[in-house]
Amino acid sequence: MKRYVYIGIVAFIVIVTYPFWSAGKAKKPEPKLDTPEIQKLVEKKCVEPKEFMKREHMKLLNQWRDAALRDGTRVYVNSEGKEFTVSLQNTCMKCHSNKKKFCDECHNYAGVKPYCWDCHIAPKEEEGQI
Amino acid sequence: MKMNRRDFLKLTGTGTILGLAGLGLFERVTEEAIAAQFSKDAKALNAKRWAMIVDLRKFKTEEDYRRIINACHSVHNVPDFGNPKDEIKWLWTDTYEHSFPGQEHEFMPEWLEKKPIPLLCNHCANPPCVRVCPVKATFKSPDGITQQDYHRCIGCRFCMAACPYGARSFNWRDPRPFIKKTNNEFPTRTKGVVEKCNFCTERLAKGLKPACVEESNGALIFGDLMDPDSEVRQVLRKDFTIRRKAELGTQPSVFYIIGGSENV
Amino acid sequence: MFEKALEGSKRYWTWLIILAAISGIGTLYYLKQFQFGLGLTGLSRDVSWGLYIGQFTFLVGVAASAVMVVLPYYLHNYKVFGRITILGEFLAIPSVIMCMLFIFVDMGQPTRILNVLLHPTPRSVLFWDSVVLGGYLFLNLLVGWTVLHAEKKEIAPPKWIKPFIYLSIIWAPSIHTVTAFIYAGLPGRHFWLTAIMAARFLASAFSSGPALLIILAMIIRRYTKFDPGKEAIQALGKIVTYFMLTNVFFMCLELFTAFYSGIPGHQHPFKYLFTGLEGHGRLVPLMWTSAILAIFSLILLLNPATRKNERTLAVASAAVFISLWIEKGFGLIIGGFVPNPFEKVFEYWPTAPETIITIGVWATGFLILTILYKIATTVKQEVGESAHH
Repeated sequence: MKRYVYIGIVAFIVIVTYPFWSAGKAKKPEPKLDTPEIQKLVEKKCVEPKEFMKREHMKLLNQWRDAALRDGTRVYVNSEGKEFTVSLQNTCMKCHSNKKKFCDECHNYAGVKPYCWDCHIAPKEEEGQI
Repeated sequence: MKMNRRDFLKLTGTGTILGLAGLGLFERVTEEAIAAQFSKDAKALNAKRWAMIVDLRKFKTEEDYRRIINACHSVHNVPDFGNPKDEIKWLWTDTYEHSFPGQEHEFMPEWLEKKPIPLLCNHCANPPCVRVCPVKATFKSPDGITQQDYHRCIGCRFCMAACPYGARSFNWRDPRPFIKKTNNEFPTRTKGVVEKCNFCTERLAKGLKPACVEESNGALIFGDLMDPDSEVRQVLRKDFTIRRKAELGTQPSVFYIIGGSENV
Repeated sequence: MFEKALEGSKRYWTWLIILAAISGIGTLYYLKQFQFGLGLTGLSRDVSWGLYIGQFTFLVGVAASAVMVVLPYYLHNYKVFGRITILGEFLAIPSVIMCMLFIFVDMGQPTRILNVLLHPTPRSVLFWDSVVLGGYLFLNLLVGWTVLHAEKKEIAPPKWIKPFIYLSIIWAPSIHTVTAFIYAGLPGRHFWLTAIMAARFLASAFSSGPALLIILAMIIRRYTKFDPGKEAIQALGKIVTYFMLTNVFFMCLELFTAFYSGIPGHQHPFKYLFTGLEGHGRLVPLMWTSAILAIFSLILLLNPATRKNERTLAVASAAVFISLWIEKGFGLIIGGFVPNPFEKVFEYWPTAPETIITIGVWATGFLILTILYKIATTVKQEVGESAHH
């Protein structure tokens, strides 16, 4: 009887830790920023500082979503006082036209699947470009 | 400390629940991390309660209807499934008998029997759909528009049962393959959410009138119902108008001028 | 106590495996629906709720009907029901779970189900429905399990359980009232806009639920060593009789108002369901089956000789259950949508995948019911045996 308990405990530990040791050693991707649109910018700055965007973009996007759709405020005034139209499709993705490199690579690495693109239309990219 | 299996389970169970609750609380606290400012475009059109008047006298040919419907459906990526079961529509037409059930009678003029009536969401001031939505996915915005938040909709379709105007459509399947020409400036919808006319809220924000109004050659009049000087109010003062099923207390914001013999 | 469910006859395990297999097939089809969307069902823009929501509505009634055995036993000390109270409570549990599953399979965005809690909206009846259903599940689990556990140990149930029992008695009608309010508060749906909707719901619940309980009690007596008692079954028979009579009476009230007032909108759904409208009449045979079964069951139930005869009582109970399943689990929902708000007829009929998913949910419910009843009957039987020694 005791043997089964031990087997059970071992099986439990193996299953629970599976995602950690099975993931392997994939290299952490860096979001790629050199799109033609970004190259054209005089001041290569996003709506907020890069570090902030890296860490908080999901929260910012949620704020943008509610501001535009629920509050009807479609202009974002950033920490420097600069104004942007609140739109994933028409603001964010106009610069970051490389969704596969800019969004997908990191999201795949982190194993997250945001539902943005179920509705929002991704910029046109050449096939096989990843 | 000696513990039997029952107590152990009780203890671990309570611990798990408390832990989950704590985690939820933590998530909520960290949700708002950015002290950002949002404002409106200076060009934006504003109103206390947007309203529309459909002047049937000015709809003469089939083309007059086709133009406004196309304008709406193409700018909003409304799919065309080609069958009534999956159908999605924001702006469409039906006969007088079906648009104003109970108002028809057997001695009606022939032109009225046949005349298509443009139909859309009434953006009611007292909307049953908003009342019943369990997640506030459909809500009233301060300018009187009945909005639909596709991010939040759970697809329960209570709003479709509640709407007395059949204004709401559900995405029974992925709509994307059925959109003839995609407008890349506007999102599509995903399967499993309810959608409807939004009075072109995205255009009003940029200072543009609704797409259908722009294409209607004056047959659709749009403006602020709460502004006594607005065009809609001027027309309402002058002409006799009716609303669909106003007896239900929904207070529709879409008015109809049926007109008389000038329609012949 | 759960260990009682882990040992059983070959027949018990075969039955469980059959139910699990049906439930598994239902799950497979649900995954297909999850992937494709609700377009896999027969639902449409015009008839946007159908079989799933019908089953939900019907089963809320079955769940609520537990009060019909709990109330006489605990409030009136009606000892005869002592043996079947647990059967009522343990019937309520899988019924509520099935209700929740039917709501879930009907959702367009099931992964967003927690939005109901993240954005609680008290003005929505659905919000209250989730509150009362969750609460009712909890109450029945707590009361049923605690009382049975005490019985197993052959001690009196703990005192603290009493308030929960009384709460569950008030709670039962509330779940079905709230469910009726989902329909009865909508403008422009003539068929549902009726003040006696909640009363009709309760009448049909308190007849269909006990009718099922009669059949279940007879099955238990046949296949287990536990006997719920002839007297208890007879008392249930009387409950079914009175409430079925009330139910048919309420239906006649609806017909009177619709047809004597002469308001076309109120007549159209009835015409569509019972005679067909504008050449469409897909539900006509079903609705007449329901009506004829209702009358047939009342003939058997009102006649003391056929009510007291267990064989004819069983037939009457089955007739009540099927009649109300058609009326509430199907006709009530479709009648609200046909004709549509444009007074046009667009018909609905469930598709094969939709039907399979529905059967799958029922199988899941019966799986849970079997396990719970196995536990209850084994405990009752063991206690009964030790009492004889």
